[in-house]
Amino acid sequence: MLYDVTIDGKNYRLEIERAEGRWSCRLDGHEVAVDAVLARPDVLFLRIGHQAYEIKSERVAGDKDRDNDWHVWVGSARFACEVRDPRALRSRARAADDHGPRKLTAPMPGKVVRVLVREGDAVEAGAGVLVVEAMKMQNEIKSPKKGTIQKMLAAEGVAVNAGDVLAIVE
Amino acid sequence: MFKKILIANRGEIAVRVIRACHEMGIAAVAVYSEVDRAALHVRKADEAYPIGAAAAAESYLNIGKILDVARQSGAEAIHPGYGFLSENARFAQACVDAGVKFIGPTAAAMNAMGSKTRARQAMERAGVPFVPGTSRGLESIEEAEEVAARIGYPVMLKAAAGGGGKGMRLVHTPDQLKSSLEAARSEAERSFGDSEVYIEKAIVNPRHIEMQILADEYGSTLYLGERECSLQRRHQKVLEEAPSPVVDAEMRRRMGEVAVRVARAANYTNAGTVEFLVDPQKNFYFLEMNTRLQVEHPVTELVTGLDLVHLQIRIAAGEKLPLTQEDVQIRGHAMECRIYAEDPDNNYFPSPGKITLLLEPSGPGIREDSGMYEGWTVPMDYDPLLAKLIGYGSDRERAIARLTRALGEYFVGGIKTNLSLFRRILADADFCAAKLDTGFLDRMLKQKDGQLEDSQAAQVAAIAAGIFAVLGVSAAAPGERASDTSAEKAVIASNWKSAGRREALR
Repeated sequence: MLYDVTIDGKNYRLEIERAEGRWSCRLDGHEVAVDAVLARPDVLFLRIGHQAYEIKSERVAGDKDRDNDWHVWVGSARFACEVRDPRALRSRARAADDHGPRKLTAPMPGKVVRVLVREGDAVEAGAGVLVVEAMKMQNEIKSPKKGTIQKMLAAEGVAVNAGDVLAIVE
Repeated sequence: MFKKILIANRGEIAVRVIRACHEMGIAAVAVYSEVDRAALHVRKADEAYPIGAAAAAESYLNIGKILDVARQSGAEAIHPGYGFLSENARFAQACVDAGVKFIGPTAAAMNAMGSKTRARQAMERAGVPFVPGTSRGLESIEEAEEVAARIGYPVMLKAAAGGGGKGMRLVHTPDQLKSSLEAARSEAERSFGDSEVYIEKAIVNPRHIEMQILADEYGSTLYLGERECSLQRRHQKVLEEAPSPVVDAEMRRRMGEVAVRVARAANYTNAGTVEFLVDPQKNFYFLEMNTRLQVEHPVTELVTGLDLVHLQIRIAAGEKLPLTQEDVQIRGHAMECRIYAEDPDNNYFPSPGKITLLLEPSGPGIREDSGMYEGWTVPMDYDPLLAKLIGYGSDRERAIARLTRALGEYFVGGIKTNLSLFRRILADADFCAAKLDTGFLDRMLKQKDGQLEDSQAAQVAAIAAGIFAVLGVSAAAPGERASDTSAEKAVIASNWKSAGRREALR
């Protein structure tokens, strides 16, 4: 398989195949000796050369329409991670994400305690849009970009789950 | 001895107490709110009773419902844990009235200690050292000005009913005093329904050191050594250790004897903690007494070899303390990390949610007191403490080494935790040199995390991501939008396939 892999914003070209229980791997054109055992779902015992690593895969609750909420942990270091098939059309489509409408989602289950803007309002990047309370703490949800509030889907006093879309910024 | 004990709490402390009950051959009764049906303490208990809605006022703080369960289950005693009803004198008295033993001090002892000003008056009579200031609420701004001038600036204004930093104001100069007093009063009124505020000399960058005491119902009161609790964030403890790196045997004896005097002055029984502020010259001042088992009790257990919950239960059952002051010996060093469901990258906001993967540390010198398990959803309704990781070694350096090793083994997936904070603290040069005070953590957090980008680890991550993608066993398979359901389905539906894959991988 040929993949475009993004790790913490940096891109790698990965060719990886498995045949008869052996892996062959080229990272950015360089051959790498790889051997892997899946200990259990989400935990990989990886050998690169003779170096051994415990790798954890973690999907963090977030916006369900985007799949960059995938973390791969090497030991205790966390990496935000995206894997794309460069031949698939959709990976190109997704790259345009930042220019279109963006969804604001609840980062945690909680209750909407305040709505700070209305539909049609202009917002700056980083401006507070609403406040969600969980575990007695208030968390301000900020606009990811400069634009206008296309839709306000949350109302004060409403309970929300992690990943629920609260508003859309155009 | 009791045959059945009700635990009026949840989370890791409820599990801790249930374990002690089982070790002593006592049946454990759990209570739980609507959102805690699947909580670990319910799983571990012998009996479990629902007591109402998620809001603590309707469940874990509801005295009537808890006593109903005690009656219904036939529990002879109630352990309150910490937080919730543990320092509620009305609850302690209601237990007595209902003929159930409260495992803790009497309502009278709690009342004597509950108000900081009243405790201070009692301590004055017992000759206990405390920070210069008033032991009564301030009547007027004139009185505040007069006292502040006498003891010298900076001064600290504190709510008499306070805790957790609420109603507290640090005042550097006389012109700030009036507005600070008004602010402290209104905050105290809002937080505790009591606007009484007193004044103390402010000790700049003090250490926070506390002394564990234990008293039976026959007049025997012992001190079990101190805990250093200077690592705090927003007045909340983060990491504790025993013994304190600055306390030697002589200072321990003096602090311990003062703590015992404090307890005796209040006719205190069962386990309690006397908190002190310690200034850079190692003068110590009485701060307050906590009339409950503390979160950080395990570090004392590890260095004394005593089980505080066992002893609490035995004292409550009317037994005499089975040891004397000479029997209490401090051996080695222990350190505790409070693992919270909170996001270090987002101002430590709580991060409830489902734990998708849990790898717990073990091995020499490691103890984990936990209230979580893999697959459990951390509710948003309570304090986000998940577990405590405690390391023990023959000295401080070895305790740090063991904890560091254990933190490397620890993994909590699906939610954010503060595990990375402890890796940072334990690697900090000042921390390792034991240069601690209550301002330490805020100073450390103001500095940028000096972690270098590890390009080699990033390459490893890229390869691992590709392997996960090829195997199709992880969340974000390429070419399809990853979602929890599809990932779970892939894992569940293809056990045969994944078994085959695992074979093929070897």
